[in-house]
Amino acid sequence: MTETQASGPTPRISSSVIIAVFVALALSFAALIYALSILDQDYEAASIFLIMGFLGVALSTYVLFQTRRRLSKLKIAVPPVTTTIECKKCGSKNVREFQRGDYIFKEGEPCQKCNEKMLITAIYREVKEKEREKISF
Amino acid sequence: MCSEGEFVSITAAILGLHSRIIQAQFGDTSVTWILNVLFYVVFIVFIFYGQRLQTYVMIREVEGSLYKLKHIKEEGRKITIETIKEIGKPQTDPTARVDRFLEYFMISPQSLDPAGIVWKLEHILDVRDTRFKDEVKFMAPAADETQANNLENTLEAAMALNFIYKVIRHFYLLGKKTLSLYVIMQIQMILPMIMKEAEAYANALKAFAYGQPIGDGAGALVAAKLMHGQETRKIAKDCVVASVPFEGRTAFVIKAEGPGGNVGKPGDAVKAVIEENEGKIAMVVMIDAALKLEGEGLGELAEGVGAAIGGPGVDQYKIEDEILKYHIPVNAVVIKEDIGDAVSPMRKEVFDSIDGVIERIKEVVLERTKEGDKIVIAGVGNSIGIGQ
Repeated sequence: MTETQASGPTPRISSSVIIAVFVALALSFAALIYALSILDQDYEAASIFLIMGFLGVALSTYVLFQTRRRLSKLKIAVPPVTTTIECKKCGSKNVREFQRGDYIFKEGEPCQKCNEKMLITAIYREVKEKEREKISF
Repeated sequence: MCSEGEFVSITAAILGLHSRIIQAQFGDTSVTWILNVLFYVVFIVFIFYGQRLQTYVMIREVEGSLYKLKHIKEEGRKITIETIKEIGKPQTDPTARVDRFLEYFMISPQSLDPAGIVWKLEHILDVRDTRFKDEVKFMAPAADETQANNLENTLEAAMALNFIYKVIRHFYLLGKKTLSLYVIMQIQMILPMIMKEAEAYANALKAFAYGQPIGDGAGALVAAKLMHGQETRKIAKDCVVASVPFEGRTAFVIKAEGPGGNVGKPGDAVKAVIEENEGKIAMVVMIDAALKLEGEGLGELAEGVGAAIGGPGVDQYKIEDEILKYHIPVNAVVIKEDIGDAVSPMRKEVFDSIDGVIERIKEVVLERTKEGDKIVIAGVGNSIGIGQ
């Protein structure tokens, strides 16, 4: 198998949205900095700017993460499939990547040790699963 | 449910409590005033537009999945066309024909009068199968039989993806048009399962295009292991049988003809073997992949009785009819998989369970039949990537 990952789609999030998010993020940071600088002189105004800044940063970061997550989710990962070829005479085993035309019980290339025709005995994919949450039932 | 009066007093109490908290935090300043107004606005908006907002959130969620489905569907279509061009070497561009094929449908027979519906369904399925095979021949004239079967399966997976995409799109647009929470909720609730199925079909498509064995072929693989090295003969459409000495008995092992993507007609095959032996069959053992429940292990084995076979039901009906005619006991061994594993390249866990299945069959046969008896072992499933 040659292809291991499908090509990603055209990003549907327009560049103007991304720019707007970054502008909002920059303004929010500016509001936070300004709030800190006037905290001693005008507590009331500083509080308003702090709230605005925090809200702005939170919202912009959320939108940004959402777009990133959507794009990464669109990729279809295909795990590699392996073919096991065995020699019935000498028992030698060869494991390689699956090739188009392989099938279980197909007679393959001759054995390098005894020149007997080898046989494809297994084709499967191995998935390394994440450690599962332990459940007691 | 509270009355209108109670609701008003609860709301007033919440608003009053909130005002006091804000006041205690910021004193009697304009910040207090702004936060209070903000809170009241949010509160009122949520009272009157809560459901509408929930609908928008759900529409957004479905929209996200729809984009993913569209991508998967397009990817499937692309892989199918590329595979046809690569294997079939068509003279003209097959894109238009593939696009037309993706819209094919099958109308199930009318069931108002259910008598004879199995035969009607079988006929429709046969017509569909012939039509599919002919289409593949037109699209890919250079493909051999195995490749043509694989291409047929690839096209079917692409069709399934196209159908899933269209159904979700239908509910999404309907939900957007009506802004009804209940229209969009129907699809939002089952969306995780649908997405899982779509991803499984996307993987299946690649497996079919490359001719790799899939999880559903577990039953066929058991039969292939039992019949390997023995002489096989064609017994029914796309099905082969081999007479195998098995623990002092004679086992007629049946599987769909491989290595092309095929499920064959196991119903006809089992029936033909029983008729050939004039009903003198001591037992039928069927092996198939079965859907596992969450919490069950992949490749776990289970044993039971009955005709273990999926699909539209025609083959199951035929087998049940035939075993009833001669009163033959039917046992089943199933290999547990989820839908994703069943239609994507075979997992190692499933492959490793095959020897366990053979041991289970031996136990059943030794316990329930006598030496010299004749038995039927039917390995049900798609034989893609599995020879004999």
